[in-house]
Amino acid sequence: MPSAILEIRDVSCALGGRPVLRHIDLKVEEGETVVLLGRSGSGKTTLLKTINGLAPVSAGEVRFEGRAAVQWDAVRMRRRMGYVIQDAGLFPHWTVEANIGLVPRLEKWEPARVAARVELLLAAVGLAPAEFRHRYPRQLSGGERQRVGIARALGADPPLLLFDEPFASLDPITRFELQRQLLELRRTVRKTALFVTHDVREALMLASRIALLDGGALDLVATPAEFRTARTPEARAFLAGLEENGRPN
Amino acid sequence: MSGSLVREIVSLSLQHVRLVGLTIAIAVTLALPAAVLVARRPATRRWVLGFTNIAQTVPSLALFGFLLPFTGIGEHTAILALSLYALLPILRNTVTGILGVDPAVRESALAMGMTPRQILWQVEMPLAVPSIVAGLRIATVTTIGTATIAAFIGAGGLGVFLVRGIAMMDKQALLAGALPAAAMALAADEGLEWIERRLSPV
Repeated sequence: MPSAILEIRDVSCALGGRPVLRHIDLKVEEGETVVLLGRSGSGKTTLLKTINGLAPVSAGEVRFEGRAAVQWDAVRMRRRMGYVIQDAGLFPHWTVEANIGLVPRLEKWEPARVAARVELLLAAVGLAPAEFRHRYPRQLSGGERQRVGIARALGADPPLLLFDEPFASLDPITRFELQRQLLELRRTVRKTALFVTHDVREALMLASRIALLDGGALDLVATPAEFRTARTPEARAFLAGLEENGRPN
Repeated sequence: MSGSLVREIVSLSLQHVRLVGLTIAIAVTLALPAAVLVARRPATRRWVLGFTNIAQTVPSLALFGFLLPFTGIGEHTAILALSLYALLPILRNTVTGILGVDPAVRESALAMGMTPRQILWQVEMPLAVPSIVAGLRIATVTTIGTATIAAFIGAGGLGVFLVRGIAMMDKQALLAGALPAAAMALAADEGLEWIERRLSPV
């Protein structure tokens, strides 16, 4: 039986006195991709940030790898969680190679091992190592930057990946390519992932399970098949948007 | 132009460079750590920048006058006063540079498990370098100009020519002080601009 790598127990969060998350319960099993779906302001990004300690937990607890987050050293814990954000957040003064090798270097890997890892990861995200290794982020297209962002998150082979709307600012074609790349990656590396998006199509495509957030509370958790027939008003609002826009992708 | 005048221009220019060099060295030594300390503390930052702002508004001749009873005639008084003026541009530009780092870059640094110290030295400071050098440039160019006034309190430098030229209404002495100082300021400006471009990390 798969074990829960991440457990969110009755978590609430208030930012500046305003409640953003209310009593969230969610378990993430090893190997699955849970998509946090919701409209802007639903609290999905904040929920993601409570997991790696970038947002405060005001009540409840987050458990990672069987240990309460508060018992973890924050720096150690974050190095076991890859993190990808919109526009990648790459370090502009470092080459692609240096960006991807960040966590392995922080973890004091041998330089040769870092270099081999970077090469493997570049290939894994569909970038030719020889061509891209020495480029700077400004010399990359938006899609290439995001691929490097994903490779960087995979750097030291963390057991959990956190994605915060990574593809939101990409054009539809590049977005679709990267979504497919991510599915492909999931087949090969079998990572556990949490993926934040407001795009229901993306959610249906990538998720093992979809967790729908509405006004800071969990509306429902369902597999994509279940989600398509879900009855809650918020789920139907998202599904209506899907029909409006015609055929999926 | 007589040989003795040339020799005097050279020796006073060297003195001037020394004044400016020591001043900038002291200002950098104080301003850089101070900027790192106050950048993340908004309340302290306002106080420190406020203080350096006020120091900046005191006319230089008056500041030299105020300091004389305490530190006496000579180079050290001039360097002390000039350092106070040089603090502000370096401090303010360093703070601006650190705070100007893209929040997404800082957030991903934190989320990838970098410690605050690693973020400061590996991310924020390198990205702040162009802004820091720009501050250094402003400080150096203004100090070269202001240092001419230091001759009034016996600190030497090219201001010696200006004091003499004004007292004796001697145009040649005025030019002998003003032209090298102007050339020095231009050279410093160009040189530091070149360094600024070279060190720009992106």
